[in-house]
Amino acid sequence: MADTLILARGGRTVVDRLSFTVDAGHALVLSGANGAGKTTLIRALAGFLLPVEGQIVLEGGSADRTPAEQCHFVGHQNGMKSSLTVEENLLFWADFLRAPGAGPGVEPPKRVADALTRFDLEPLSDIPAGYLSAGQKRRLGLARLLVAERPVWLLDEPTVSLDTRSAGLLAALVNAHTAAGGIVVAATHLDLGLDRADELRLGPREVAA
Amino acid sequence: MMPGFWVLVRRDLQLAVREGGAIGTALGFYLIVVALMPLGLGPDLSLLSRIAAGVLWIALLLAALLSLPRIFEADYEDGALEVMATADLPLELVAAAKSLAHWISTGIPLALMAPALGILLNLDIGSTPALIGTMVAGTPAISFLGAIGAALTLKARRGGLLLALLVLPLYVPTLIFGITAINAVALGSDGFWQSFAMLVALSMGATVLGPVAAAAAVRPQLQ
Repeated sequence: MADTLILARGGRTVVDRLSFTVDAGHALVLSGANGAGKTTLIRALAGFLLPVEGQIVLEGGSADRTPAEQCHFVGHQNGMKSSLTVEENLLFWADFLRAPGAGPGVEPPKRVADALTRFDLEPLSDIPAGYLSAGQKRRLGLARLLVAERPVWLLDEPTVSLDTRSAGLLAALVNAHTAAGGIVVAATHLDLGLDRADELRLGPREVAA
Repeated sequence: MMPGFWVLVRRDLQLAVREGGAIGTALGFYLIVVALMPLGLGPDLSLLSRIAAGVLWIALLLAALLSLPRIFEADYEDGALEVMATADLPLELVAAAKSLAHWISTGIPLALMAPALGILLNLDIGSTPALIGTMVAGTPAISFLGAIGAALTLKARRGGLLLALLVLPLYVPTLIFGITAINAVALGSDGFWQSFAMLVALSMGATVLGPVAAAAAVRPQLQ
C-alpha cells in the first residue's frame, strides 16, 4: 500500500523511508510514542499531505477514484454539527459521501437507522449533537463509518473518550469490516483485540534506517 | 457528482437558519451603519440622495464581510472539512457549494433589505427594482471572492481584520459598477445596462475563480 514513504511536516521529516503493505481483509495498528508520526502517516493516507517521496497505492480499488476517495477518515474531531440532531448529521454524511453512480444499494435513511442501532445512539437520534457527551459524540463520529461504504478505514485514535463497552463495539465492527475484505489502518495506544491485525511500530528506529 | 453539491448547499442553509445569529447580525449591522449616515451628515436631502447608492453598497460590503469567516471556519474547527476533502465531490465544488449557501443566506437578505434602508437616505423610490436587481446581481461576487479570503485566513486566530484587508480590494470593481448602475436610475443619467452587464460579468467570473482559488488555499491547511 505504501512504498518508501518520506513524509515531512512543517519542513521536518517525520516519517523516513517507510514501506508497508496492508492486505485486503487485514487491519494495521500503528503504534509508537507521541510524535512518532502516527497521525502524519494517517493524514498522508487520507490524501491531506503529499509525500515528499514515495507513493501510496490502493491496488484493486476503483480506477477513477483516488485512494483518498475510497477511505473513511476519522480524525481527532468528529465533524458533526452541534445544532443538527444526531440523525440529521448522519443523514447528511450518508448523502454527501455516497459514491456517484453507485447502484441503488441500501438507501441512506436505512443505513443511518442501522448505524444508529449499531452504536446504541437510537434513543438520542432527535437530540442536537451539541448536547451529547464526549463519548457519545465519538460514537456518532464513528457511526459515519457505516453510513457510506468505503473499503479503507483510517482511524486516528478512535478510542479516545470511549468506554470499554463502546471500544469493544468498535473492535467488533473493525473485525466485521476486515472479515468482509476491507482494510483498516488505526493509530491507537489501546489494545483493541482485533483479529487479523498486524502492528507497525513507528519510532526513532525508522529514522535511523 | 452534483447530488453531493446540493446536499451540502442544503445543509449549510439549514445551519444558517438554525444558528440564525449570523444573518441577524449582518442585517442589524447593515441597518445601523446606514441609519447613522443621515445622523452624521445632517438632514440635507439632496446630498443624501446623491450619496445613497454609495452608502448602501459600502455598508452592504461591510455587513457581508462580518459573516464571511463562517464559510469555512466552523467546518474546519469540527473536522467536517477534512471529511469533505476525502469525498468524491472535489474541494472546488465544496467551496462553490459553501459560497452559494453564503450568498443565499446573506447576500440575498441584504439585497432585499436595501430598498427599505434607501428610504432613510432619500433614495428615489422609483429606483427600487434597479436597486434590488443590481444588488442581487452583484452580491455573488462578494460571497465567491470572499471565500478566497475566508480560506486563506482559516488558521489565523482573529483573522477577521486580515480577511477584510485581503478581500475588500477585490470588491472595488463590483462597488464601482454597482454604484454607477443605481445612480444611473436614481439620478437619471444613462448607462444602467452597461454597468449592470459588467456587474453580472464580475459575479460570473467570481463564481468560477473564487472556488478554485479557495480550494487551493484550503488544501495546504489540511496537512
